[in-house]
Amino acid sequence: MLKVLFFARIREELDCASLDVEFSNETTDPQSLVQFLSEHKGDQWAQVLGQDNLICAINQTVVEEACSLVDGDEVAFFPPVTGG
Amino acid sequence: MSARITVSIQQDDFDVAQLQQQLLAGDSREGAIATFTGYVRSSNESRSVETMELEHYPGMTEKSIQEIIEQAVGRWPVMAATVVHRVGKLCPSDQIVWVGVSSRHREAAFSACEFIMDYLKSKAPFWKKELDECGAASWVDARESDDARAQRWKNP
Repeated sequence: MLKVLFFARIREELDCASLDVEFSNETTDPQSLVQFLSEHKGDQWAQVLGQDNLICAINQTVVEEACSLVDGDEVAFFPPVTGG
Repeated sequence: MSARITVSIQQDDFDVAQLQQQLLAGDSREGAIATFTGYVRSSNESRSVETMELEHYPGMTEKSIQEIIEQAVGRWPVMAATVVHRVGKLCPSDQIVWVGVSSRHREAAFSACEFIMDYLKSKAPFWKKELDECGAASWVDARESDDARAQRWKNP
């Protein structure tokens, strides 16, 4: 199982803070996970997760290059940060 | 040399004098403390701000700030560093963030404090949502100038 989290504007636009997704050959990396969610959750999700400034963190570390997921990972999607 | 690192993410306000005292911790080798305090502005990009809500990613926030401080410690002879960042509902003039760094000399304290703040702004997972006097909400957009400030530390 993958624990998928959404924050800030992305969380509001999806009306979803977190969900569990079965780890499978359709969810082996962040890109395929986004594609899986876009196909299964409808147009709104496809549009929101298709934003090009979306940031992805795996197990609480931001990933900037292609990398694979393993079962049990925590995967978060969020917009650029605005703290401080 | 290991540095004393403290990170706190909290809803409550903080006392700058008390934080500075704790940073020093009675160590007489320290010759300098540099601090930064950030406040909530009453307007942002011509919008008035009545209240602000700060969201974060619990766990990753603490971890990312810890990593930023460790980078600073690896780069300058820092003796102690503290970051306090508030989350939840805030109002204009409220204190929002405090960074304090102690070192033997001012140069390291100034540089490490600025480095930590610049990286915190572009890396730590916080998001600001502003509400105006009518209650209309808008998420604050990230600024390219903040990324540029963090980038310049890559080419010292």
